[in-house]
Amino acid sequence: MGKELQKNIVIKIDNLSKHFGSFKAVDNISFEVGRGEIFGFLGANGAGKTTAMRVLCGLSLPTSGGGTVAGFDVATQSEKIKASIGYMSQKFSLYDDLKVWENIRLFAGIYGMGSADIQQKTSELLRQLNFESERNTLVKSLPLGWKQKLAFSVAIFHNPQIVFLDEPTGGVDPVTRRQFWEMIYDAAERGITVFVTTHYMDEAEYCDRVSIMVDGRIEALDSPSNLKQQFEADTMDEVFQKLARKAQRT
Amino acid sequence: MNSIKIDNLSKKYGNVVALNGVHLEVSKGELFGVIGADGAGKTSLFRVLTTLVLADSGSATVDGFDVVKDYKAIRSSIGYMPGKFSLYQDMSVEENLEFFASIFGTTIMENYALIEPIYKQLEQFRNRRAGKLSGGMKQKLALCCALIHKPSVLFLDEPTTGVDPVSRKEFWEMLQLLKQQQITIVVSTPYMDEAKLCDRIALMKDGEFLKVDTPQNIIEQYQNTLWAVSASSMPKLLKELRQMPQLFSCYAFGNVHHIALRDNQLSVEQLYSKLQSLGYEDVVIEPIVANIEDCFMALEKKLTTNIE
Repeated sequence: MGKELQKNIVIKIDNLSKHFGSFKAVDNISFEVGRGEIFGFLGANGAGKTTAMRVLCGLSLPTSGGGTVAGFDVATQSEKIKASIGYMSQKFSLYDDLKVWENIRLFAGIYGMGSADIQQKTSELLRQLNFESERNTLVKSLPLGWKQKLAFSVAIFHNPQIVFLDEPTGGVDPVTRRQFWEMIYDAAERGITVFVTTHYMDEAEYCDRVSIMVDGRIEALDSPSNLKQQFEADTMDEVFQKLARKAQRT
Repeated sequence: MNSIKIDNLSKKYGNVVALNGVHLEVSKGELFGVIGADGAGKTSLFRVLTTLVLADSGSATVDGFDVVKDYKAIRSSIGYMPGKFSLYQDMSVEENLEFFASIFGTTIMENYALIEPIYKQLEQFRNRRAGKLSGGMKQKLALCCALIHKPSVLFLDEPTTGVDPVSRKEFWEMLQLLKQQQITIVVSTPYMDEAKLCDRIALMKDGEFLKVDTPQNIIEQYQNTLWAVSASSMPKLLKELRQMPQLFSCYAFGNVHHIALRDNQLSVEQLYSKLQSLGYEDVVIEPIVANIEDCFMALEKKLTTNIE
């Protein structure tokens, strides 16, 4: 990590573990993420990604170890963490039977934004997205690609320090998937830290740094180019295959 | 002989066109991939072929049986693994398998050879409830259950969606094994990189097939010369390339951008100097062979341009 990033750490995790009985879902992981960084959080199914992410988002308490997210302690300040982050997943994003503007207002209201602020920013957002004509459209009748753009915009509407994206591009067509990553770049440029999981290994290349979890541990963490060098691989897919093949959990 | 024959099949849900006059023939023993994003119409196609919904118009046969008239014959001769997990969560691995075998009037032992390579990986969990299995194991059990009556045609609807790259690779290795048993396999996927593992594929979008052919032929028919461009500051490069009117297309592909140039407007040498003069360092431009994702996006683009 560069010196500039070190000054601006927004996620700092030390020896974090989360056990369910004797099962070590997350087994002693440590890492830091800098402001405005795009951080790819990869791993096979069952490696512990979701469990770790739940702890980072303040939804679950660590068994031991811990750290800070947006400056707040994951063990004792989970409500403050929730207010400082955004979250989006492929499965849950928006309310289908609310209109576009209603979805924006609902989420913005939950995050404590004022009415005047919401109104002004909603107009701005719809203009930026070229969505003005869809203001009153029910979300369920939007095409999937549009829904995703809207879901991401809503997740960062309250200008969080960090946005967590859990497989945001699953099942999306190739063009939409790429447009989505351009939105991610723009958010990172504005200083929002992006913490993202994906099963598309070409998307791992778009991240500044990538961690790969195997059996609850972080087995590798570096920039995509350094990882490829370290594992003597041409692609991130090869890096992933080399590491994840070793997994004992199935 | 054709395993599947589809003639002008259409299906609408309200205003949504799920299938728009689709034609297709799949040969016996073929591993056929239906490739497309969510909402392309893949599941609708599968549901018509597995006799679970009726099409609005057109016709289709599976194994020579008509999907409307002979639906009972089709149901007993095909295997179907739906997109969502289809097993009984509170029955054990072995109970699930026995249950599916008995529904189809057979036993596990009768067709054991067929499922053996897959079931062997599950056997140590035979007494575990299906609901307690990991994602990868559930998928293997669902495949065994869909195979236990030795179907002539196997329909797999997005078996690898949300599955990590290692498990996806293992799943496709299992399909290659099954193919050797002369079972026709129709599999849908949103992952374009899986296309190359199929004998033939249909690229699907908005209820239509953009193309049906072997992956190799589709790649060879890619019309432009494709270049991979990389330089310092890839996001900025992408935006700047997009604004050049001489480019036919420009898409991010991992650590490079794939670009196709319009004919006779800008040479690669000119582009190289242009990027250098714009201040990019480490500029590399190399010719590359298109992959299926390039082809899909090009076909899609051609379609929308024609409409305009």
